[in-house]
Amino acid sequence: MIVTGESDHIVAEVAARIFADLADPQTVNRAADGAWKQPLWRALAEAGLPLAWVPDNLGGSGASLADGFAVLGAAGRFALAAPLAETLMAGWLLSRAGLPSPAGAMTIAPARPLDRITLAADGTLAGRALGIAFAADAEHIAVLADGAKGAVVALVARKDCRLDDGKTPAGDPCNAVSFDRVKPLRSAAAPLERTALMLMGSTVRSVQTAGALEAVLAMSVAYANDRVAFERRIGKFQAVQQNLARLAGEVAVALAVSGSAADTLAQGDRFDDAAFFEATAAKIRCAEAATEGSAIAHQVFGAIGFTKEHVLHRFTTRMLAWRDDFGNESWWAAELGRHVARRGADEFWPMVAAR
Amino acid sequence: MSTALHFDQIRLPPECEALRREVRDFLAEEIAKGTFDPHRPGHGDSHDRAFSRRIGAKGWIGMTWPKKYGGHERSFLERYVVTEEFRVANAPVRLHFVADRQSGPILLKYAPEHIKMNILPRICRGELCFVIGMSEPGSGSDLFAAKAKATKVEGGWRFNGSKIWTSNAHVADYMIGLFRTSPPTKENRRHGLTQFLIDMKAPGITVNPIYQMTGQHDFNEVVFDDAFMPDDHLLGEIDGAWKQATSELAYERSGPERFLETFYVMLELIRALGPEPDLRSAEGLGRLTAQLHALRRMSVSVAGMLQAGKEPVVEGSIVKDLGTIWEQKLPHRVRELTAFLAPEIGNRATLEEQLAFATTVAPKLTIQGGTTEILRGIIARGLGLR
Repeated sequence: MIVTGESDHIVAEVAARIFADLADPQTVNRAADGAWKQPLWRALAEAGLPLAWVPDNLGGSGASLADGFAVLGAAGRFALAAPLAETLMAGWLLSRAGLPSPAGAMTIAPARPLDRITLAADGTLAGRALGIAFAADAEHIAVLADGAKGAVVALVARKDCRLDDGKTPAGDPCNAVSFDRVKPLRSAAAPLERTALMLMGSTVRSVQTAGALEAVLAMSVAYANDRVAFERRIGKFQAVQQNLARLAGEVAVALAVSGSAADTLAQGDRFDDAAFFEATAAKIRCAEAATEGSAIAHQVFGAIGFTKEHVLHRFTTRMLAWRDDFGNESWWAAELGRHVARRGADEFWPMVAAR
Repeated sequence: MSTALHFDQIRLPPECEALRREVRDFLAEEIAKGTFDPHRPGHGDSHDRAFSRRIGAKGWIGMTWPKKYGGHERSFLERYVVTEEFRVANAPVRLHFVADRQSGPILLKYAPEHIKMNILPRICRGELCFVIGMSEPGSGSDLFAAKAKATKVEGGWRFNGSKIWTSNAHVADYMIGLFRTSPPTKENRRHGLTQFLIDMKAPGITVNPIYQMTGQHDFNEVVFDDAFMPDDHLLGEIDGAWKQATSELAYERSGPERFLETFYVMLELIRALGPEPDLRSAEGLGRLTAQLHALRRMSVSVAGMLQAGKEPVVEGSIVKDLGTIWEQKLPHRVRELTAFLAPEIGNRATLEEQLAFATTVAPKLTIQGGTTEILRGIIARGLGLR
């Protein structure tokens, strides 16, 4: 049922094979416990995927940003319930500051634009970060903190932090993390600001959302071609066809705009105006697509799609939750709107046409 | 049939940016000369023959066609840049736009050599206006129900019946029309229609104006009363137009004209809000910006895939479906986002005039060139639902 999209990225094909073998949504959905998690993570680690964005000399496998984004698209197509995106980002952040990455699952903080973690003169971290995905499952957290001399990247042990027991509607850990005078394992000056981290995180979530939407479209069309009502397959009804065409539209937008943002970051690897424009637009439009797309898919599946037994919720609840990470669509829309307004009407079209 | 959608990440190559500067300079000069007012869409002569000739002289009509027919053998991405810059400036291009986008490519494919040599160079010079003759009083979206007849006679064909909603017919030099040459068969209801090149100046053709709710005169009814065209005006296969009519649609459906029709109100919105909009306006403006960017990235991608010889039929139809709905809603969103602005904002008169015009134009955007419903049927077929 899962479509593994064609890909120029061999790394992504390797990842998709691992997901298909060890994290098939149907199998995971039926699993009585989390026993599937360990073999999956072991296979991902053996393939060098969690630290794909970490160069060889810092303990990673040194894949390109483009390869990593392709892996995350595939992860979205499987509604992957493991901290792969979070570990990728944490490794990326640590290596930007020249810090080596530890083995094991990591996550990243902050994940909300207004959350602030500070590094005190005594070298300890203070503050609280909301909505940290998979914090409860992570061994380490990569933190972007404000120090006296500017931004700092710090690696902390999760066990040194205080976590609440929050979960997303999908059931994945999503914790408020309190840093109460936490001593980092290591830290270094950060070559980027919090906004850059939010733009990177937004692009990651956009790519995952597009992948999840691709899978949801494939599932919905297959179901409409199978399910019979009123003596016809429901996909033969024009009302259902129109809905699925709208879903395809949302999938298309998400793929195009997230692909464009990922391509921009992968080409430039810098957080200039172009990256801001692309990453914010992608987050806004992919979040809108998640809202529209999940509603349409659930409508197509009817009651069966609302059951725990069916896998649809694994995709829809995750893509809806991703809207809130690294700046929600309303936040970024206001930021992008201000950006456009400051530049004025005469600069608007040139800004759009330059992309 | 597959649900897999593809958007290659196409960035416009450097030669496109040089061309873009050239087009912007040209348009700025024309605006300075008073050829058109970019702030007043829907005003002035939208079929400006002299202006089209100057555009032709720049080499911006028939850009992708072979040089031997007056074309310039440039890429579809270069044509894309020219199209979007003209559209954003509200430049009057109605005289040559249909010929450039649709009619020329059909002639290139199906017309005999001497007709191509005669007509295509004149299109490229901006001298010819084309009209599309598909809809009839009794058939619109249901294209293959057309009844207007072409009857074989000695040396050519006789035409009878009528075509409707024919934009440009009152100024057009030629029509590319769909005519019934045989009845449909039981196996194929699309059988029996043939495409012809029609000289609009021929005897037996009457053009009756149909005024639109905007007050403009754009479309018409064209009545054929025993009009005659010689044999060489036949385009392609007799009774086989259904194989031809759909091949150009990806180009027709995915261009920048499918989401930029009411773009001017967005610029006026930005002027009205000023450099420090309140939170509500900023969020609204940001969403519109993100949506526009997404549409354009899709549209550019489809142009690039077409250039590379791919056939993104579903992707192209999606661009028109989403693009036309976006440009249709745009004036309404702008109205909402400017609802609480102070009465004395500087561009209020322009904003209100533009909103009034865009709001009246909006209903047609999801009808012309394939309705939303027809497009979604095509998308559904592409997904494997039909």
